[in-house]
Amino acid sequence: MEEPAAAPLRICVRRTPSEPGAAASVALQLPADVRCVEEAVELMARHCFAGAKPCRRTMFRLRVLLAEAISNSILFGAGGDPARMVRVAAELTEETIRLQVTDDGPGFDPGGIPDPTLPDGLARSIGRGLFLIRNLADRVEFNPQGNTIWMTLPRS
Amino acid sequence: MGFSKSSNGAGVTVVRIEGQLIVGNRQELKSLIQEGLDRGERKFLVDCSQTGYIDSSGLGALVSLSKKVRELGGELRIAGLNEDLRSLFELTKLDTLFHISPTAEAALAEF
Repeated sequence: MEEPAAAPLRICVRRTPSEPGAAASVALQLPADVRCVEEAVELMARHCFAGAKPCRRTMFRLRVLLAEAISNSILFGAGGDPARMVRVAAELTEETIRLQVTDDGPGFDPGGIPDPTLPDGLARSIGRGLFLIRNLADRVEFNPQGNTIWMTLPRS
Repeated sequence: MGFSKSSNGAGVTVVRIEGQLIVGNRQELKSLIQEGLDRGERKFLVDCSQTGYIDSSGLGALVSLSKKVRELGGELRIAGLNEDLRSLFELTKLDTLFHISPTAEAALAEF
């Protein structure tokens, strides 16, 4: 029997247009279901770049960063259980986007991931997600528990 | 988002990634290549000229498929990476693991 289709995602956008240059925020929750990743990425990208003129490279970076962080949360944080949720948010200024992805899992130690470009890691099929995030974002932060990641990149 | 599969008539199976190659569809790519292997196909070209972005799950799928094809005496090559996609392969040093051609046409001419 085929699995039921995932329900459409809902996004919440808050803006303060009366204050030019003031920060805006975007928030989205999605079930821990890998079928929702692409739609979540596109929704976030559309709203993060609304009113901005990002270069192609920035748009690519944002999409890969979000796909990585959301996938990690779904697979490792929420154990791929569609009944659990992953929260995605972004704080926007004129110059920067600060992305946040949170799951309800136990967290992980971001310092304990080996370098996938070393000879031992090159032929492995896993272990490149955090490496890509560190190389594509200008700044990466974690909460102490390791179940929330913040990634900053330019909005231009 | 999807894949299209064709043959060049000279023994190379071309799989074009249309959209993204990410955690949500990597299994579909694995199944497509596996079906080809089961039919005796051994030369595969993954054409990324219509690909938006690839995440680490997608890169990992390409690595594991390449290994599987090589173990059966075949080869999986990649073509059509734009500047952004190419940067992912360079960052992860996977450009040293794969034979990468600028276009599918160029890849087929030398495969």
